[in-house]
Amino acid sequence: MSLLSEHIPVLQVAVPLLSAPLCSLLRGVRLPWLLALAVSWFAFAISILLLIQVMDSGDISYHMGNWAPPFGIEYRVDVINAFVLLIISGISAVALPYARLSVAHEVDPRRHGQFYTAYLLCLTGLLGVTITGDAFNIFVFLEISSLSAYVLIAAGARQDRRALTAAYNYLVLGTVGATFFVIGVGLLYMVTGTLNIADLAERIRPLADNRAVQAGFAFIIIGMGLKLAMFPMHTWLPNAYTYAPSTVTVFLASTATKVSVYVVLRFLFTVFGPAYGFVGLTFEYIFLPLAILAMFIGSTAAIYQTNLKRLFAYSSVAQLGYIVLGIALGNIAGLTATVLHLFNHALMKGALFMALGCVALRIGAVSINGVRGLGREMPWTFAAIAGAGLSLIGVPSTVGFISKWYLILGALENSWWPVALLIVASSLLAVIYVWKIIEAAYFGVAPEGRGPVAEAPLEMLAPLWLMVVANFYFGIDADLTTSVAGKVAATFLGSGS
Amino acid sequence: MLDAIIAHYNYWLVIFLMMIGLYIVISRGNLVKKIVGLNIFQTSVFLLYITLGKVNGGTAPILTDKPETFSNPLPHVLILTAIVVGVATTALGFALVVRIRESYGSIEEDDILATERAEDEIAVNEALS
Repeated sequence: MSLLSEHIPVLQVAVPLLSAPLCSLLRGVRLPWLLALAVSWFAFAISILLLIQVMDSGDISYHMGNWAPPFGIEYRVDVINAFVLLIISGISAVALPYARLSVAHEVDPRRHGQFYTAYLLCLTGLLGVTITGDAFNIFVFLEISSLSAYVLIAAGARQDRRALTAAYNYLVLGTVGATFFVIGVGLLYMVTGTLNIADLAERIRPLADNRAVQAGFAFIIIGMGLKLAMFPMHTWLPNAYTYAPSTVTVFLASTATKVSVYVVLRFLFTVFGPAYGFVGLTFEYIFLPLAILAMFIGSTAAIYQTNLKRLFAYSSVAQLGYIVLGIALGNIAGLTATVLHLFNHALMKGALFMALGCVALRIGAVSINGVRGLGREMPWTFAAIAGAGLSLIGVPSTVGFISKWYLILGALENSWWPVALLIVASSLLAVIYVWKIIEAAYFGVAPEGRGPVAEAPLEMLAPLWLMVVANFYFGIDADLTTSVAGKVAATFLGSGS
Repeated sequence: MLDAIIAHYNYWLVIFLMMIGLYIVISRGNLVKKIVGLNIFQTSVFLLYITLGKVNGGTAPILTDKPETFSNPLPHVLILTAIVVGVATTALGFALVVRIRESYGSIEEDDILATERAEDEIAVNEALS
């Protein structure tokens, strides 16, 4: 047992990685799904153990193959990445029970083995990016997760052929982003001679004026900015989320961009630290305006969408704006909001895209005209959309409120009261697009020719409602999440100065 | 000035290739050519890494009894990984282009966008009628 517990960090990544090829050998529809489900639950259990261990006894450092860092690859788990690991594996653990019927409906039955293989590889990549303590290793895992994400998105081609062009555009932009990241890592390696993140942080400290370090910083931030869909580098996101199979959208929208945010946080605070002049400047002059533009342009674009998946995809661009805004505030409250919103946004968007998947299962496409009058026929699904929508707006007693509360606290702490007002104003835009759906579903008249529609099956409603209840539970009892997020923010700002 | 440029000529080559690659990705409408541009862009990064592993007067890092200066082998190893990633990306990109060609009948971005716009208009008209 002690031998096993010693190797927990590597099991987090190794188990999904090794079961992925196994999954491609399985035939049929049920077996690959069962394997993916078992692996996801296992990964979730491991990430809970890791978080408990980190909260109790501090950081864990695992030496891959027993090569001591900084020469060998180190897996390093502290509070922040234990928290992000929990988000990724938790979403996956909830999304997979939901996946079976939805994937059976949307993906070619002969391709399920390959589909779940790509899914497991994507999970591996995302977990790997988060857990590793080696900068080049981040790139490798990032590419594992991205390549499998392109495949997963293209799997939506059976429903709509635009999934292919969406996946292609994402591939081009994602590769440019990852390559920028690797250029940045190369420049840092050139100056410091190390790839281990903890070691890098130490060696970079006396080199703040070095041009190569500054260029490396810029390349890393731009590269990861592309991956996290920071405005105006978000153009790949709406189509990718719209045309991917529902389960894939649930999983990617809740996890993929969050992991990129984590990498940005890691480099901003652990490696560089806001004490460097050029890092502090990016907060106020780059992150702040881009975050505010994202909040408004994302939400405004969402209002004008007729495809509901695309509507929530644009809303994701706006929500990522809130996450970046928290970084830009640069104080403990702001950073707490960023870390909290990683978790909270995963809950809201997970629930919303799951609900849209339920609608897609029953009526095919999810357009605003298509859902007219559906509120009476699919009461549970649309009640879930309403609940998660309230959370998206940030109504008190939902998780969305907690995130925005900390954001506004952070803005006031800097006495940037116009920013605080803008946060409230952009929430009003969210009211408009959520109301648009509610109005169509509850007050609209069903389009002619649509027969009676049945409620979604329980197998899909149960995970959906689990997410909705979590939206309210963590909104009312926010002690657990805020204490973790506050601890993360304190470590980041403490280590930087 | 000129000396500095000549002394670092491989870095200039890297930047030159990087910009060519990026320019092709941005400017070409042909989906295959975009992938070619992406490849050139990635290759420039391989060269960057190989260049920074070179130590003046260093030899290949093979175990000997004599004390010698070695070139840094680590960037080569990293770039082997990056080459594999590049190959996988190219393969997946081309696979997608094949599928796009099968369903749209074209690999020109403009044609595909026109097809998609026409589809959108039909959908809007159906919704209105």
